[in-house]
Amino acid sequence: MIDVLFIGLSLGSILLLVALGLAITYGAMGVINMAHGEMVMIGAYTTVMSAIWLGIGLIPSILLAFIVTALLGWLIERIVVKRLYGRLLDTLLATWGVAILIQQAVRLEFGLSFFGIHVEGLGPGLQNVTVPDFLQGAFSIGAVEINTYRTFIILVTAVLTLLTWYLMYRTPIGTQVRAIIRNPSMAAACGIDVDRVNALTFAYGSGLAGVAGVMMSGFKTVFPDMGTSMVVDGFMVVVMGGVGSLLGSVASAGILGEINGVVASVTNDILARAVVFGVVIMVIVLKPQGLFSFKGR
Amino acid sequence: MAINRRDFLKSTAAGAAGALVTPYFFHRTALAADTVDVGVLFSQTGGLSIIEKSLSDATLMAIQEINDSGGVLGKQINPIVEDGASDPKTYNEKASKLVISDKVPTVFGSYTSASRKAVLPVFEKRRNLYFYPTYYEGFECSKNVVYTGAVPNQQLSNFIPWIIENLGKKKFFIVGSNYIYPREMAKVCKILIEGNGAEWVADEYLELGHSEWGAMVNKIKSSGCDVVLSNVVGDSVVAFYREFKNQGLTHDKLPICATVTSEIEIAAMGPEYAVGSYTSFPYFQAIDTDLNKAFIERYRMFVNDPKAVTHHALESSYFQVYLWKQALEKAGEATPEAIRAGVMGQEYDAPNGHVKIDPENLHTFLTPRIAEWLPDGQGKIVDDYGEPIRPLPYVAYGETEDTLFCTEKGLDTSKLKG
Repeated sequence: MIDVLFIGLSLGSILLLVALGLAITYGAMGVINMAHGEMVMIGAYTTVMSAIWLGIGLIPSILLAFIVTALLGWLIERIVVKRLYGRLLDTLLATWGVAILIQQAVRLEFGLSFFGIHVEGLGPGLQNVTVPDFLQGAFSIGAVEINTYRTFIILVTAVLTLLTWYLMYRTPIGTQVRAIIRNPSMAAACGIDVDRVNALTFAYGSGLAGVAGVMMSGFKTVFPDMGTSMVVDGFMVVVMGGVGSLLGSVASAGILGEINGVVASVTNDILARAVVFGVVIMVIVLKPQGLFSFKGR
Repeated sequence: MAINRRDFLKSTAAGAAGALVTPYFFHRTALAADTVDVGVLFSQTGGLSIIEKSLSDATLMAIQEINDSGGVLGKQINPIVEDGASDPKTYNEKASKLVISDKVPTVFGSYTSASRKAVLPVFEKRRNLYFYPTYYEGFECSKNVVYTGAVPNQQLSNFIPWIIENLGKKKFFIVGSNYIYPREMAKVCKILIEGNGAEWVADEYLELGHSEWGAMVNKIKSSGCDVVLSNVVGDSVVAFYREFKNQGLTHDKLPICATVTSEIEIAAMGPEYAVGSYTSFPYFQAIDTDLNKAFIERYRMFVNDPKAVTHHALESSYFQVYLWKQALEKAGEATPEAIRAGVMGQEYDAPNGHVKIDPENLHTFLTPRIAEWLPDGQGKIVDDYGEPIRPLPYVAYGETEDTLFCTEKGLDTSKLKG
């Protein structure tokens, strides 16, 4: 039973890891960021590329991936998203376009493959990420065997969640972000540089997705389409948790993860996925604002 | 339709001119027929292009080799490459284009069963010919398709008894992706497992492309099985093998025996996760013959990638062009009917060994092999059937070599029900 609960916890932490960035870009900024999955993918490719070109392992590339995807997120915000605040459906379409562009850039090796140039680590194929030995296999506590890599993911997720909470609730910039969530024009009237804070927030959310990508690369397959399915899961968590609520995202990721783990072990994964979607639909029907919500905007 | 006077005059003049130069005109057609057009239909774009591009490359390489050595019947082969775009509907449209507007006598193509099923009506209705290079689930008997990949009995009929006898395993956990191929493979597995005095404890499926294996591997762990038979496909394979090791399972105690895990997936997951597991295929890159080594070298030259891997469907894509060439030479004319008649019983020495087209069901005699994965990501061939075995596309429904369901006359549906 403990191993089943552990798997549920691990599933929850993976959901949260992907949703954390979304909780910021969608939850806080009201941008339906379809390119979020591609940020995860770029994070994973940063791991692949830095291993090939810089000889850096999985753990140091976490920081690198954060920087790369945060910069990319900042660029996207400056070039595309900035012009679209308050236009929810337009952000969906625009960021979806950005997502396709990023995916194809990786698949076509930035277009170089047209000229017969092959960049190692890019292209349409599956990529290999080497996982350090001490993160492979399992360790045991008493009679229970614990999966090392999944434990590592849970730890990283916990650290990132705490960091995000601290930034949002204990720093001046976090206060500004939360003010913008409640009412952007009022925040601007109080002298908050909305433009700058938005760009930084979007960059931070994208950076979190990049870190998620590094973690995913160690146990999932790295290929250009890998982010597409993750973004759906991410939105599911954020919507169920309540838009704009960090605590809500944590709770809903945990609940969905455990439901998925337990149902999957009793029946099978296909049914478990159906049950998870069923639960999300029920929550949205009964509490349209999500589990934790506040009135705003 | 309105015909104005000027156009009418023009066309009459052209017609008259045509009539006057008739002998010359015929001469020109003969010259134009110095090439034989063929269709090459794989996904150059989309999710499946990862693998289908390599099949397309192998096909074009064979065509180029044949052209360089003088072509077929003294003619050059002209490949018309179309993109299936990983989408069955596009496959259907492109197949129609190749057959109806380009009038090719043969198309080489498809990786997934979905894309094959999508083009099948085109080839059957237009009585054209399709060469399909991938291992698949069987249960098909078409006069218009030549199948050069393995069918379930060619991957499993040696594999299951070998696992039971040589590895001494008795309890199978069958796991696969949730679609037709793994499900049909599982049916054949069960027949063979029960027939060889072993048992299966579970038969489980995950969505295609699913990469969360926590619950499933935990189930494997607590099921009490002593061997896992995997029909898992595509990118799920990588996540599966990694989770397997990460939950503390090892291949020396509980080996994964797979039917789809090839050199490509092993390279992507990192060989350390697969060392000691097994795969059954008719072809491995590691086959130690001069023919195969030369083939790999030529392929790497052709795609300009010194590390390119070769695999079963890729090798079939290559040798089926040679079978087609021989069929055309035997037939003497480039029509689908003649080529079809010519390809029956055609034999060729492929990189994997001797292959032959079964004249009854147009599938291919192939040699089953089992490989154990080594730390360098290559397979070590641990079992070789020794000779090609007959393809039985209906083995899941009780077909044996003595009771063929699919013959030259077509499918005997009475046997299928019985």
